[in-house]
Amino acid sequence: MSDKSGSKWKKAVQVFTAFFKVGILGYGGGPSSIPLVHQEVVKKYRWMNDGEFSDVLALGNALPGPIATKMAGYIGYRVLGITGCILGVLAMVLPTVLLMVLFLSLLSAYKASPKVQGMTGAVTPVVGVMLAVLAYSFFKKSWEKKEKSVTVTVGLISAAAIGLLDIHPAVIIGGTLLFALFSKEKKPVTGEKEGKAS
Amino acid sequence: MIYWKLFVAFFIPGIVGYGGGPASIPLIQNEVVNRYHWMTLEQFGEILALGNALPGPIATKMAGYIGYEVGGFLGAIVALFATVGPSLLAMILFLSLLYRYRNSPKIQKMTAMIRPVVGILLAVIAFQFFQSSWEDIGILQTVVLILVSLLLLEKWKVHPAWVISGSLVYGVLFLA
Repeated sequence: MSDKSGSKWKKAVQVFTAFFKVGILGYGGGPSSIPLVHQEVVKKYRWMNDGEFSDVLALGNALPGPIATKMAGYIGYRVLGITGCILGVLAMVLPTVLLMVLFLSLLSAYKASPKVQGMTGAVTPVVGVMLAVLAYSFFKKSWEKKEKSVTVTVGLISAAAIGLLDIHPAVIIGGTLLFALFSKEKKPVTGEKEGKAS
Repeated sequence: MIYWKLFVAFFIPGIVGYGGGPASIPLIQNEVVNRYHWMTLEQFGEILALGNALPGPIATKMAGYIGYEVGGFLGAIVALFATVGPSLLAMILFLSLLYRYRNSPKIQKMTAMIRPVVGILLAVIAFQFFQSSWEDIGILQTVVLILVSLLLLEKWKVHPAWVISGSLVYGVLFLA
């Protein structure tokens, strides 16, 4: 019993630490924290694998609202139920909200300072690299599975849909999920184009 | 009642704000400034600028701060919950369903097919970050920072926390 509650306590601390770190380091809003969440959740604590993380990211993108807190809440829930959910969200959100409330007058003097702008400027390409590396790892994982044609087709179609046609990601994610769910086995993937573009 | 108003003001941007935190900023502004008149446009801009200077997701920073200004500690909690709660609940529901049937071939196919889409989405966001960095600090700084951070992260396996902290220090020293 004491052992069980001990491991629960440990997990609670881990959930809080993981998302606290993400919240503090996530410069540039929600999307910049995605690679950081991946680092903590998949690489460090191994609460889920790459496939599950990609599912979480896909659904998080398909649903409205801020992405970082949705991830924190869901992953916290997976690890430790409701407690984990609340802990994850609070750990990610609370530190900077407190900073804003406590230091508003002090910070507003600094917000336009070149130092702060320099910080934001230098961190942007770094976050870009982290996102690109994560994107690459998803392509690689998908490529290693047997259906290479699916990876290429789905990748190209969604790239065209987002980049050229400016279709909202939620539509593409929803379309892909529905296609996977309702398509018969061995059906050519090209049928998906109509399903998604409409 | 103020708490109910706060809830509505942040519930709507949370639900309508497709595309993550930054997409919901104009919607929050519409509720907070135009509809409930809790602050002027200048004050809102001030808070937004401050929020952007601090780390962490922007939508929740705005909700927490404005909620606190309008309704104290409880107001902050209500605004935060309205921003995060509804779509988080939907997410837990959907994913729990996926997780329960994770061994079914259909679900495995979904997981396999969604992976390249997520890859593209991340690549697009990465591109946007590079683009805004190019505009902000120029091509030379951008390329140098990209190469150095790529080497640090992937070749020498430095922890992201150090790379980010390092880039913040670099920004203060050389880009200010």
